[in-house]
Amino acid sequence: MISYQLGHLKALEAEAVHILREMAAERERPVLLFSGGKDSIVLLRLAEKAFRPARFPFPIMHVDTGHNFPEAIEFRDRRVKELGERLIVASVEESIAKGRVVEEKGPRASRNRLQTTTLLDAIEEHQFDAAIGGARRDEERARAKERIFSHRDEFGQWDPKNQRPELWNLYNTRLRKGEHFRVFPISNWTELDVWAYIREEKLEIPSIYYSHEREVFERDGMLYSRAHFTELLPGERFFREIVRFRTVGDMSCTGAVRSGARTIEEVIEEVAASRVTERGATRADDRFTEAAMEDRKKEGYF
Amino acid sequence: MSGDLISREPIAMEEGAELLRFSTCGSVDDGKSTLIGRLLYDTKSIFEDQLQHVEDVSRRRGDEYTNLALLTDGLRAEREQGITIDVAYRYFATPRRKFIIADTPGHIQYTRNMVTGASTANLAIVLVDARKGLVEQSRRHSFIASLLRIPHIVFAVNKMDLVGWDEGVFRKIEAEFRNFASKLDVQDIAFIPVSALHGDNVVTRSENMPWYQGAPLLHHLETVHIASDRNMIDVRFPVQWVIRPQSAEHPDYRGYAGVVSGGILKPGDEVVALPSGFTSRIKKIETFDGPVDEAFSPMSVIVHLEDELDVSRGDMLCRPSNKPVVGQDLDAMVCWMADQPLTPKSRLALKHTTRWVRAMVTNISYKLDVNTLHRNESVPSLGLNDIGRIQLRTTAPLFYDEYRRNRTTGSFVLVDESTNATVAAGMLLSEPR
Repeated sequence: MISYQLGHLKALEAEAVHILREMAAERERPVLLFSGGKDSIVLLRLAEKAFRPARFPFPIMHVDTGHNFPEAIEFRDRRVKELGERLIVASVEESIAKGRVVEEKGPRASRNRLQTTTLLDAIEEHQFDAAIGGARRDEERARAKERIFSHRDEFGQWDPKNQRPELWNLYNTRLRKGEHFRVFPISNWTELDVWAYIREEKLEIPSIYYSHEREVFERDGMLYSRAHFTELLPGERFFREIVRFRTVGDMSCTGAVRSGARTIEEVIEEVAASRVTERGATRADDRFTEAAMEDRKKEGYF
Repeated sequence: MSGDLISREPIAMEEGAELLRFSTCGSVDDGKSTLIGRLLYDTKSIFEDQLQHVEDVSRRRGDEYTNLALLTDGLRAEREQGITIDVAYRYFATPRRKFIIADTPGHIQYTRNMVTGASTANLAIVLVDARKGLVEQSRRHSFIASLLRIPHIVFAVNKMDLVGWDEGVFRKIEAEFRNFASKLDVQDIAFIPVSALHGDNVVTRSENMPWYQGAPLLHHLETVHIASDRNMIDVRFPVQWVIRPQSAEHPDYRGYAGVVSGGILKPGDEVVALPSGFTSRIKKIETFDGPVDEAFSPMSVIVHLEDELDVSRGDMLCRPSNKPVVGQDLDAMVCWMADQPLTPKSRLALKHTTRWVRAMVTNISYKLDVNTLHRNESVPSLGLNDIGRIQLRTTAPLFYDEYRRNRTTGSFVLVDESTNATVAAGMLLSEPR
């Protein structure tokens, strides 16, 4: 007997496909943000589900800090080519060269924050009116408050106290000139859902998500990858360790976890048993203040 | 709330475990956030870094207990004021089900955010403080839950520890609410005495209340029957997007993409396209993963028809013998969400399924007093957070069902075209006046 029930992953998938089509139908110039990370990999599959056999009705854009993992960049280019879609790279390096942002100095410098300006400049340059992102509400407490169609004013700012009510699946997609939306089709997914979906759909992911040996250094209790820009603080040293990454972000603020997980099954087992959130475990940028994410989002951060 | 170290257990989800969306509501200080914190804590869904953070902040603020409300109050302004302003969404899973919680604010000035959380919920938990009994907000929230046709309501009578676990107190509140609920349109109501702070009857059965024979809250959430809450009878397929690849590989491909909003679609079925009225048959129902034999709510699919009809976004496919109401004069209940009042002659944009039309308010029938359910028929306007019945005339016909029959084809939103703000949630009534 058919029960006419959708399992929870299928229900989440159907919701995300609906959101993508709604955005494509009602906005003129959307763009899909792709970092090579697991959440945006899922987004690309959901876009295939929504629009194939036609082409995507939007380009793909990566905000490249210039300090990304080489494995992620290689994966990004290959994946976009396989899909036969168009990739735009917005470069923080270029924003620095143009004097739009000033690079932080010293061993603790990070380009993570600089991404905001590069992203907003690219949105303005291409006149994008909707930027689709892979953010999830379970990531962080400010994200838990955000709408699926998240309105940004002409300065790219989010106003958390004045969000539009989001009723049923009737998204209000209206904008004034210069404003845009951040659209989050997988808002309602958890980290485990994303991994389960990657397993279900047999999606390829960058190799750094799996266990490998790497040269790292330890700072504030986190393991960071050695990179061409790394400056050690007194007392720090490089050493080799068996690690993997739970998130793929800017190398300067994305920590690794010690792990032997070599397959998707082992990764899922590890994530399910983990006692810390992915951001708590591996993202330094959320630790500055109690409301670090909210503050950055108000500025226009993704 | 300190003590045991939390370990998140591997979540062995059953194949095809169902998704249950529920919202929590109740007056300020009734302990909503604490209840959610307790559910997350006892199902081992809180991570160490999150708990550590909450403990640190609680200690810094001098709270007597670890303040689990800090888990859900994620905005700076909420933490400053110690109140919930906007909906927060939280997630947890048990082997049986996966849950999405919409934690909605209790303050009257944020009613619109409560409606936001309630609009997609299968179930609502209304929290009541055992010491206070039913207050205005409990009535208001249960009325909104019933208006939004949330099929299942749980009354969690909280803070039983503060009334000596007294059965009499619980029964009195239960009786009082049953009396109020007889005027509401709710099918399934459960009453559970709990202590969110101490965890009694939240995840595990309370030893302090042996007189309560029912299931603890989590068990109820895991087992409440939601499969038949969707409309499986009336076929409704609002066309969302037409897929027409411009490629040599697919020269003649034309697929209608959308969400099944009611009934069951099958290849071979005769369908009529609204508004054109042309009929055809379903040739194929397709997904990225291949064709399917059947499609039902809430699947996102691509429908192919035998004939080349002119069908575009905003149109609707249904069965020729079972059509929705088609009309331009609408009768609806609305929750008004803007500071500017709603008055007759207001012109607004209206979104219903996948179409936008313009609408003019032709009449305000009445405003409801949500405490007494009394209808005030002589109001000139509806103010912020008011609920009332209005009539609208639209520039083009809508294809709709009564909201109580179908939450998707019976709902709409109103948008102020000068500010683009979403100003009302609307639920259509059966027959236009």
